[in-house]
Amino acid sequence: MYLSLSKPFTSELSTISLTHSLLKKAKLSVTATAVGASLLLSSFTPTSAVANEVEFEASGNVSLEQRYFFEEALYPEQLSHSQTSLSVEPELYWQWNDGSDSVIFTPFYRVDSHDKQRTHGDIRELAYIHASDDWELRLGIRKEFWGVTEFQHLVDVINQTDGVEDFDGEDKLGQQMVNLSVVNDWGIVDVFLLPGFRERTYAGVEGRLRGPLVVDEDNVSYESSAGQQHLDVALRWAHSVGDFDLGAYWFHGTNREAYLSPTSENTLQQSSLQQYYSQMDQLGVDVQATLGDWLWKFEGIHRRTSLEDFWASQAGFEYSFIGVFDSNLDLGLLMEHSWDSRGEVELGAQGSLMQNDLFLGARLAFNDMQSSELLMGIGSDLDHNAFSFMIEASRRFGDNFIASFDVRLLQSNELNDLLYTLSNDDHAQLSVAWYF
Amino acid sequence: MLTKKIVMSAALALSTLSLLAVSTDSFALSAEEQKGLDISLEAKKRDLGWQDSTADMLMLLRNKQGQESIREIKMKSLEVLNDGDKSLTIFNKPRDVKGTAFLSFSHPVDADDQWLFLPALKRVKRISSRNKSGPFMGSEFAFEDLSSFEVEKYTYKYLGVDELNGMTNFKVEQYPVDENSGYTRRIVWIDTTEYRIHKIDFYDRKDSLLKTLTFSDYKQYLAKHWRADNQEMINHQNGKSTELKWSDYNFKTGLSDSDFNRNSLKRAR
Repeated sequence: MYLSLSKPFTSELSTISLTHSLLKKAKLSVTATAVGASLLLSSFTPTSAVANEVEFEASGNVSLEQRYFFEEALYPEQLSHSQTSLSVEPELYWQWNDGSDSVIFTPFYRVDSHDKQRTHGDIRELAYIHASDDWELRLGIRKEFWGVTEFQHLVDVINQTDGVEDFDGEDKLGQQMVNLSVVNDWGIVDVFLLPGFRERTYAGVEGRLRGPLVVDEDNVSYESSAGQQHLDVALRWAHSVGDFDLGAYWFHGTNREAYLSPTSENTLQQSSLQQYYSQMDQLGVDVQATLGDWLWKFEGIHRRTSLEDFWASQAGFEYSFIGVFDSNLDLGLLMEHSWDSRGEVELGAQGSLMQNDLFLGARLAFNDMQSSELLMGIGSDLDHNAFSFMIEASRRFGDNFIASFDVRLLQSNELNDLLYTLSNDDHAQLSVAWYF
Repeated sequence: MLTKKIVMSAALALSTLSLLAVSTDSFALSAEEQKGLDISLEAKKRDLGWQDSTADMLMLLRNKQGQESIREIKMKSLEVLNDGDKSLTIFNKPRDVKGTAFLSFSHPVDADDQWLFLPALKRVKRISSRNKSGPFMGSEFAFEDLSSFEVEKYTYKYLGVDELNGMTNFKVEQYPVDENSGYTRRIVWIDTTEYRIHKIDFYDRKDSLLKTLTFSDYKQYLAKHWRADNQEMINHQNGKSTELKWSDYNFKTGLSDSDFNRNSLKRAR
């Protein structure tokens, strides 16, 4: 029941995070860059001195965010009402050989006034890309997005969720990879080798938007004896045929979703949740049909782990009204349904919160000089009484500032629902981002 | 309107010899319609063979109070014979949309295929190309004003000759074939010597004058292709204007189909 709508043409602050595995990550990225460097040196063809000129570009953003929770916290250690944080995400980019070779580096850091887990850094991207006519090699830490729907990103599986950033699940941690992409007449084939697994980030003791038990970042176990070093693989095909955009993939490796269970050793007050990452095989399909003003969308997965075997889907449509009320305003209406074969689950048990949920959304684009935009979404669990609501307004000020104002409301009468544990966490959030 | 559309598409279906064949097959046209069409065919023919091009575009948006806002955009285009052109539009300013890129496969009669790359999520999104009449990046240019000119997108009526900036111009009325167009008609001034567009008047759905676009500082590339360095769009109804300044035009740079796919969209700079 996490709501999220992607906003075309306004760049969502892609904030993200994680500290404790930074060192490990740094080590891996060194190997990646070493491989990259050797490849890159070999690709230097000293034919044209001009083309080999390295072009450099720096850009990025700094964002100040203020959250206000309307009600007192449900659990004693949590922050009471106000939470402030500042994030920085520069992007450094080099290209040469007329852009056939490039290196991108995007570090990220957030400082949070209360939640220690939310104060964290991550390397979103540190990658070398070599592009040839019909193939591309991408080496290093990257982000890779798959999927077509808006309210849940079911098929998106390569990058781990940076859960502490925002609760819409759209923020991702950088993933180490070797990715070969080949363009054919019959579609683009991507092969991924993913060494090094990233653990999900969760709100800390002081943080809001969490359940009664804190997820213990130090109590992590893996099904694979290789643990975090398991080499995951993925193979994806994507193609556009007329009005249809199709994608299908197979992923084999560490499940990005941890099985969480209360620690047994500590039966007293200070219990926490331990994380267990199983191995999984997942097949995924995504389809979008773009038919005039209608976008029809479908995402489906089949996941098999040693503990379970299930199907899930996200399907719906988006319809656009162009120039409503005889103005420049565009109105987009969205509807999506989530289904999961595991059905309703007990709180704390493994399963999806989105087993039979309906989402409605509206996106109003003003198409003005300031790119003003308004998004609204409602999510409702059809199996029991739970809903979430969000509204998000954003606008550009001057040439370099974007201000956004969000309100999120979460409600549930069902003790079993995660939203029940979050029902005191209704909040408003104001953020101002400076882009450079 | 509808019958004209059918006649046009029938003519297109019949013609295997592409553009030039249209004029011979378009038997149902009146003399003014035929002449209007012939002028556009000639203009298109004179510009054929540019293969591919790259250029930088600076967009200056001005509101009634004179406040300005800048858009910085890079364009790559590929000429496609017997179909619409392909283009890649890369945004650099405003900074919050930096890295956003837009890929379009235009088609003369069918809906264009369009994809948008959103850098924050690294997401490629197929978007509806129905939105032709909407403003491009908050400017006075609609999406359709910036898409590649294809003869089949309009039906024509020759209005006569007119003096403009000391040049003799054909004055042609053009009627969009696509019902999603924001216009009932455009009046276009095309000079009689080089077949370059100098001015366009746009009439809205209520057939009142909405905007005027003027072209200036034409330069010729490869001794053949004329491109205007300056385009100014004035909206008569809301008092706003947008100026386009083109620079760094390059032709036959060696771009190919492989520069216009999902992968190149994702790494576009």
